[in-house]
Amino acid sequence: MEMWFSEMHTQNVKISIRTDKQLYSAQSDYQRIDVFESPEFGRFVTLDGDIIFSEADEFIYNEMVTHVPMSVHPNAKKVLIIGGGDGGVAREFCRYNEIEEIDVVESDDMFVEVCRKFFPETAKGFEDPRVKIYYEDGLRFLRGKINAYDIIVNDSTDPFGHTEGLFTKEFYGSCYKALKEDGIMVYQHGSPFYDEDEVACRSMHRKAYKSFPISRVYQAHIPTCPSGYWLFGFASKKYHPLNDFKPESFNKRKLETWYYTTNLHTGAFMLPKYVEDLLEEEENS
Amino acid sequence: MKGLYQICMYMTFDRKQVVTPAFVMLDAEGWKMDLERQKSAPIYEALEKFRKKRVVPFDVPGHKRGRGNPELVELLGEKCVGLDVNSMKPLDNLCHPVSVIREAEELAADAFMAEHAFLMIGGTTSAVQSMILSVCKSGDKIILPRNVHKSVINALVICGAVPVYVEPEVNDRIGIALAMETAPLERAIKENPDAVAVLVNNPTYYGICSDLKSIVKLAHEHGIQVLADEAHGTHLYFGEDLPVSAMAAGADYAAVSMHKSGGSLTQSSLLLTNNGVNADYVRQIINLTQTTSASYLLLSSLDISRRNLALRGRESFARVVQMAEYARAEINAIGGYYAYSKELVNGNSVFDYDVTKLSVHTQGIGLTGIEVYDLLRDEYDIQIEFGDIGNILAYISIGDRTRDIERLVGALSDIKRLYERDGSGLVTGEYVQPQVVMSPQKAFYSNKISLPIEETEGAVCGEFVMCYPPGIPILAPGERISREIIEYILYAGQKGCSLQGTEDPEVKRLNVIRQ
Repeated sequence: MEMWFSEMHTQNVKISIRTDKQLYSAQSDYQRIDVFESPEFGRFVTLDGDIIFSEADEFIYNEMVTHVPMSVHPNAKKVLIIGGGDGGVAREFCRYNEIEEIDVVESDDMFVEVCRKFFPETAKGFEDPRVKIYYEDGLRFLRGKINAYDIIVNDSTDPFGHTEGLFTKEFYGSCYKALKEDGIMVYQHGSPFYDEDEVACRSMHRKAYKSFPISRVYQAHIPTCPSGYWLFGFASKKYHPLNDFKPESFNKRKLETWYYTTNLHTGAFMLPKYVEDLLEEEENS
Repeated sequence: MKGLYQICMYMTFDRKQVVTPAFVMLDAEGWKMDLERQKSAPIYEALEKFRKKRVVPFDVPGHKRGRGNPELVELLGEKCVGLDVNSMKPLDNLCHPVSVIREAEELAADAFMAEHAFLMIGGTTSAVQSMILSVCKSGDKIILPRNVHKSVINALVICGAVPVYVEPEVNDRIGIALAMETAPLERAIKENPDAVAVLVNNPTYYGICSDLKSIVKLAHEHGIQVLADEAHGTHLYFGEDLPVSAMAAGADYAAVSMHKSGGSLTQSSLLLTNNGVNADYVRQIINLTQTTSASYLLLSSLDISRRNLALRGRESFARVVQMAEYARAEINAIGGYYAYSKELVNGNSVFDYDVTKLSVHTQGIGLTGIEVYDLLRDEYDIQIEFGDIGNILAYISIGDRTRDIERLVGALSDIKRLYERDGSGLVTGEYVQPQVVMSPQKAFYSNKISLPIEETEGAVCGEFVMCYPPGIPILAPGERISREIIEYILYAGQKGCSLQGTEDPEVKRLNVIRQ
């Protein structure tokens, strides 16, 4: 018997993963949630049929949205993670002792429960006493926040689903307001390769670039993402991700990582020509 | 459902021998819609049956179920072009309905507490104009507020009736014209005892409602018929704790925009009649201007939407109210904006407020409504219904989701953060009371000359000027042009309102009556 999970990356491209069994399937108020067991990627979770993360490659994503801003911000204490329902990003931030508060805002409580049950390694971030979960709409949560956070991570993946509000100008504007004067926002920037994704990617950069004085883009290789190639945005009121980067501060912590290194930090901001070109086009538009 | 219904039926309707107030109105638990019957959708069912027969078309439309126009099929889908068929025996004919369209109209009448309902396919404009043309002939007087939709005054141009305006009070803070009040209406009736009709907005675009029951009572006591423009009031027939609908209040005619809050396709609408109005005569009036090739896409959308409203309208509008109230509270919490609601209710100039409307006064952050409207679209990818000098209106409907409301509120909050400025120089009023010099028809067909707008002060206007939306004329044919109005038009244009109505597409010149 062969059982394959397929996700359409475009109308003409799909990725298929052989699965052993389906562990869970349910419809929440917001989306359909499925969990599969697979030989290659271990367990993975999908929302409305899109892979959100797998046991095999979640470390790439979680490390890249955590260690990059943490190696730039000299004094981060308060972190906000929007859409971090799996707990992985919170777990990564918990490894820093100086972090005092981590607020996680997730609209779908069922997703959190599913992650707790099927991905305890990832969701253990929620067990730390510094982490607080708010089951709320991200935009709504942000509206009342002024000058409150050192780092904000937009951990939502889908600019077209129920989290589309987290890829809008009003979202970036709200983050700007909620950040302290030296705050950093890190956000999902999508994949630039396929045409449809490119449009969303361009629009995100245009909005962030106009909302923050510093706005740079960095990259990672994530096998289950469309085209296997993923971008992140780094936006800040004060710190430049390379000029203000302190490799020694990270290295002396002796944190064990599997993807992030201080060399990779610099390299991640060195983008392919076609990506640089499309970002520059948006900056000059 | 709350409502009023009459016991007496009038045998025939004669324009001259106008309605006497002999009927008794009951606070009706009385009107019981037949829910079992409402489950059917005769036009939709007839179309389904017809489709399955796979009839070979040697009639119009010439695209022949789309085969002759593959690009259209690509755009609209096979199912959609397959439904675009001609009137024929099994599908009835809108100009003279005897079978499925007639049934659909009866069901609509039942759902809307009317004696008769007409399916309309020329927009609510056609419904408004048909009801006016059914009641008014050349030279007849019709009493109305000036803040009516242009379709109303257009009807006067067509039929030659003369408007008698009842000046609405203007709320100085938000700058909008309010409801029609009974005291000035009574004065207007005294001064014009020969008036044949009163026309009322129920509600206005902004959600303001008049005391419709008292207006109906007063008008009927003087043998005057009541026409309600319910372009923004479909939901009043189905929601709970909403302002009274025209049929429930005892009005004689209502034009109901099904495609707005009712969920049907754009351009589809309903005309309702009550109190023994001669439906066959109204049908004749409708047929004067209505197409003989009515679109079955529009007709079936009316049929299905009526069914949907009858069966699920109450829950749907409860959700709409909940979303609108939530949005209002969140917007008011931002500060600077004023999302108004029932606190405006004062028993006369705001008799009631339609809480499904989300109207927001924006000048508190120093921006005109049209500026916020443009920012929302250009910077935040949010399209709202309209923005005028002082306000924006976001249309909340059965198709909305809370997360979209969060986007709207988030964007308004961000606009305040980024664009707030001192607003002390802003013009406040939406509404300048006009001075009527001659009937719209006479003015429209007079000999006219074209003048640059700045040079027209004191002249009589021969055409319309309006911002669209909302489509309420700033100037109508037959009105004296004042300095104040000229300045308002120039200001609205400069702020980015889409000005329309004049022969000059750029609205730099106006046609005025040659003296």
